[in-house]
Amino acid sequence: MIKVEEKLFQNRYRVDAEHPHINIGNPEVCQVECKTQQCTYCCPAGCYTREGNGRIVLITDGCLECGTCRIICTEFRNVEWEYPRGGYGILFKFG
Amino acid sequence: MDEKFDAIVVGAGPSGNAAAYTMAKAGLKVLQLERGEYPGSKNVQGAILYSDALERIIPDFREDAPLERHLIEQRMWVLDDESYVGSNYRSDEFNKPPYNRYTIIRAQFDKWFSQKVREAGALIICETTVTDLIMDRTRVIGVRTDREGGSIYADVVILADGVNSLLAKKAGFHPELHPKDVALAVKEIHFLPQETIEQRFNVGGDEGVVIEMAGKITQGMVGTGFLYTNKESLTIGVGCMLSDFKQQGTSPYALLEQMKSHPSIKPLLAGGEMKEYTAHLIPEGGYNAVPQIYGEGWLIVGDSGMFVNAVHREGSNLAMTTGRVAGETVIELAARKKPMSAANLALYRKTLDDSFVMKDLKKYRNMPEILHGNHQFFTTYPELVNRAMHTMLTVDGIDKKTKEREVRQDFRKKRSLFGLMGDAFKMWRAFE
Ligand SMILES: Cc1cc2nc3c(=O)[nH]c(=O)nc-3n(C[C@H](O)[C@H](O)[C@H](O)COP(=O)(O)OP(=O)(O)OC[C@H]3O[C@@H](n4cnc5c(N)ncnc54)[C@H](O)[C@@H]3O)c2cc1C
Ligand code: SF4
Ligand code: SF4
Repeated sequence: MIKVEEKLFQNRYRVDAEHPHINIGNPEVCQVECKTQQCTYCCPAGCYTREGNGRIVLITDGCLECGTCRIICTEFRNVEWEYPRGGYGILFKFG
Repeated sequence: MDEKFDAIVVGAGPSGNAAAYTMAKAGLKVLQLERGEYPGSKNVQGAILYSDALERIIPDFREDAPLERHLIEQRMWVLDDESYVGSNYRSDEFNKPPYNRYTIIRAQFDKWFSQKVREAGALIICETTVTDLIMDRTRVIGVRTDREGGSIYADVVILADGVNSLLAKKAGFHPELHPKDVALAVKEIHFLPQETIEQRFNVGGDEGVVIEMAGKITQGMVGTGFLYTNKESLTIGVGCMLSDFKQQGTSPYALLEQMKSHPSIKPLLAGGEMKEYTAHLIPEGGYNAVPQIYGEGWLIVGDSGMFVNAVHREGSNLAMTTGRVAGETVIELAARKKPMSAANLALYRKTLDDSFVMKDLKKYRNMPEILHGNHQFFTTYPELVNRAMHTMLTVDGIDKKTKEREVRQDFRKKRSLFGLMGDAFKMWRAFE
């Protein structure tokens, strides 16, 4: 298994502590209703993880701001996605 | 800031820069807003720059733009798990200036372009996210930002905010993107000494090579891979349709890792130092997915308007062209003192319809659907073609006629004769 953290470690971020720019609308929907939980494997930064009880934990610190999680949550539209505040978030040196 | 501008441009990627540059150069009062710390800090590309589109905006761009290598060779690989079948095109014609295609590093390129926009006279404010469009009934009259007192007004607002155009969605100009209309690409940059790159790819000085890849590297998903040579680095990436990622359950970074370990790719990267990992969406819905791109007081340019030709991997040039045409439309209306109404701004769409932008998108309009419905192009065929090559090239005492028969049977076993003919026909129709 390759660890995405090792990849993200190369990147530069300016984290907006305590202001995550993505939020899960209703956590219960993820845990109970969503059978596919595609956010856990589609996110290229591994920001969504599934806990033993099926709960989804979202940590946006490594987010690449691609938009995938918002678009693939088609059944429940349960991802509240905004851009980070100006100047925060991922900072590509090369892109 | 309660000032009023002739035009506000949201975003400082190639489309926004082209629009802002064109309008500022013509003397309009232009404000450009970018959420990144500097232009380019949020942007991702392969990246190949097509000279033509930029030349029409900044004719002497070669004098100071940060260009990596001009391309003299194109390799196309169809990969199996162990092998690839490929074709190369290399020509010394591509070594005659003015060069037609270059590799670039987007963050550096965007900074350079933005400097040109500034010199042309536009006001650029970074670290500012536009949060809403200000409407007067159905008319866009300005934007709100996440800065204090952040309402700013203009005669026209140009949305150059890229594939995730939250603004267009909020305003109801676009529906949410469909997973089958966007590809997710992941990419890394690996640094190597310049001489190593030149020896490994058989190029000199500023010459560069492109490798485009299809086949089993995408594990049956609709998508492609690429490897580009920069001056002192290589970029390697892979992109597949989001609907396929969702269905398949493969993680994008695992896919990239797998591709990097392919026996034909691994040696090309050997010894390199990985310095950045990026991900970005590419709008690949094509002609049929292009949304409404103009209205009362607004225009949409670049990725936000689905302007990508996925078949030819062209995006930044369509972004620059749509940005320039949008700018020229505004200049023309302003010169004739006409209001920025939907009826007048329709000229933008009309100009694009008559240009290569819409003509090319239209030509390939059936491609997305054909690829989605025919995954054998990404699984069975690469395998068959590679196996056929293997059979024909292995010298083992079996005569060539028998080998040919084996190959033919192999194809038919995997896909009926009708299937094969049908596929050929579909591809021919899509490219026609
Ligand atoms: C992996 C990959 C490889 C590619 N390879 C090629 C290639 O080789 N050649 C090619 O021609 N094209 C390629 N493309 C496509 C090309 O990158 C895009 O088509 C092009 O960047 C689109 O330009 P744009 O200006 O429309 O959008 P973007 O470059 O995405 O720029 C949008 C800008 O708007 C800003 N923004 C967004 N929302 C807001 C807001 N609310 N407020 C303020 N600012 C905002 C963003 O920060 C960003 O700077 C590739 C794309 C990818 C992902
Ligand atoms: S796909 Fe959407 S609904 Fe399902 S677990 Fe992820 S965020 Fe929740
Ligand atoms: S925007 Fe992209 S990188 Fe960020 S959490 Fe969503 S899927 Fe992951």
